[in-house]
Amino acid sequence: MAGEERDIKVHIDNVKKTYMGRTGEVVALNGVNLDIANNEFVTVVGPSGCGKSTLLNIIAGLLEPSSGTVTCNGKVVTGTGPDRGVVFQQYALFPWLTVKKNVMFGLNMKGINGEEAEAIAMKYIKMVDLEKFVNHYPKELSGGMKQRVAIARAYAANPEVLLMDEPFGALDAQTRTQLQQELLDTWEKEMKTCFFITHDVDEALILGQRVVIMSARPGRIKDIIDVDIPYPRDQETKMSPRFLELKNLIWSQVYQEYLEVRK
Amino acid sequence: MGEKSSARKGGKQGGKMMSRVWLLISLAVAIGLWTLLSVLPQTARSFPNIIVTLGQIPVVIERGILWKDLSSSLISVGAGYALGFIIALPVAILMAWYKPVRNIIEPWIQFIRNIPPLAYVPLIVIAAGVGRRPQIIVITIATFLIMCITMYQGIINIDETLIKAARVLGARDKDIFIRVLAPASLPFVLTAIRLGASVALTTLIAAESTGAFAGLGMRIRSFNNNFETAPMLLYIIIIGVIGITVEKIIKLLERKLTGWQEKREI
Repeated sequence: MAGEERDIKVHIDNVKKTYMGRTGEVVALNGVNLDIANNEFVTVVGPSGCGKSTLLNIIAGLLEPSSGTVTCNGKVVTGTGPDRGVVFQQYALFPWLTVKKNVMFGLNMKGINGEEAEAIAMKYIKMVDLEKFVNHYPKELSGGMKQRVAIARAYAANPEVLLMDEPFGALDAQTRTQLQQELLDTWEKEMKTCFFITHDVDEALILGQRVVIMSARPGRIKDIIDVDIPYPRDQETKMSPRFLELKNLIWSQVYQEYLEVRK
Repeated sequence: MGEKSSARKGGKQGGKMMSRVWLLISLAVAIGLWTLLSVLPQTARSFPNIIVTLGQIPVVIERGILWKDLSSSLISVGAGYALGFIIALPVAILMAWYKPVRNIIEPWIQFIRNIPPLAYVPLIVIAAGVGRRPQIIVITIATFLIMCITMYQGIINIDETLIKAARVLGARDKDIFIRVLAPASLPFVLTAIRLGASVALTTLIAAESTGAFAGLGMRIRSFNNNFETAPMLLYIIIIGVIGITVEKIIKLLERKLTGWQEKREI
């Protein structure tokens, strides 16, 4: 197990990202180094503007780093690839496709069509408990249901790394808690390497094996906290002394960053 | 669930009944106002009553002008409108795609769009002569402007995350064009088609002031010269009926093809 954990899936090496702003060059990320192990669940917290979404987009291959490299499975990332899936905060479902066709999209792109694609899609639609809605359009679904479809869609394409950019950020507290639990259950059942961005410290702690704290301007990794709370975790975990201890520790660091940003 | 949905269905049917009733009331009010205008001494000369006006239908058919005018106008409108669309679609896509194209073309589209077509008709007649050609050109210009700007604004506002989502799911440029950009643009294309149809009809009068030999717009002017108010009013109503019919058909098409949309625009 220990040997397996050292099996590095994503290797982020000295990544820097700058872009041209109105007042000149802005450094979004600088000197970011991080190794993510196979099947590890890493969560990232930090104030808005710390470049956490930029980092996710670079890992996804949607953005190119200005310098440094991201390696996935030993191959340098130069664009999007089937080994990495993304779940966006805005759901990003195709509104003209039904739930089933949305989930089948990635399969179709891989050349998997017809009954085979349908069977795989149905498996993941069942996983997120939406069998009754297979032929519905996104506009007929609530926010939580839409994000479930997006998760099913990402899973169906069977990536090895799942990148999630504040996926539950737009949901109400109750739906969010429910989806966190579902995501944990799924992760324990179908292991995948997860890179999960959030601004919610509770969420980062309940999900992650490690919590990466980022600082702003320029965005870099400030600290990495090992979450030594065993799985399965549930809502009661949030009351445990160790959880609260770690929450305090992370909060104080994140809070410092908020103060920095406000200056 | 079953009970709820059937109740909603009942509600929907009730709503349809109600909207029919309101339509009848609205029609009655309009006819009432019309009758009032036909009685009032100040307006009686320009508003013959409904019976006199509709009584002109057999008259204009017998004079052999109704079908001639209708077909002439529909040919001009149809040809100009189709040409306008064929030019507007690629231009809108190019404007959305390439910034230089957008920066050069957009200000002029906005500028010309605000000039009433009637103002530049003489220029076109001087350039293209009289007959059907200038009519088609005027309608092409007017419909091109509105359809191009509507489609361009729609295409440029397509949610970028949809393209990103497709890309991370393995879509290549061709897939993105066919499976994301095309369906995402469809609502704006249909809106453009609807607005274009309306502009095509409203431009008809201007287009037919180019020395047409037949046509609804041309005939209205000739009725006007002879103080024939009853057939003139009839022709005006015919243009309105064509307009609303075309709009209803396109709206039906919109509901069929783009019913998946979250919000409907005007």
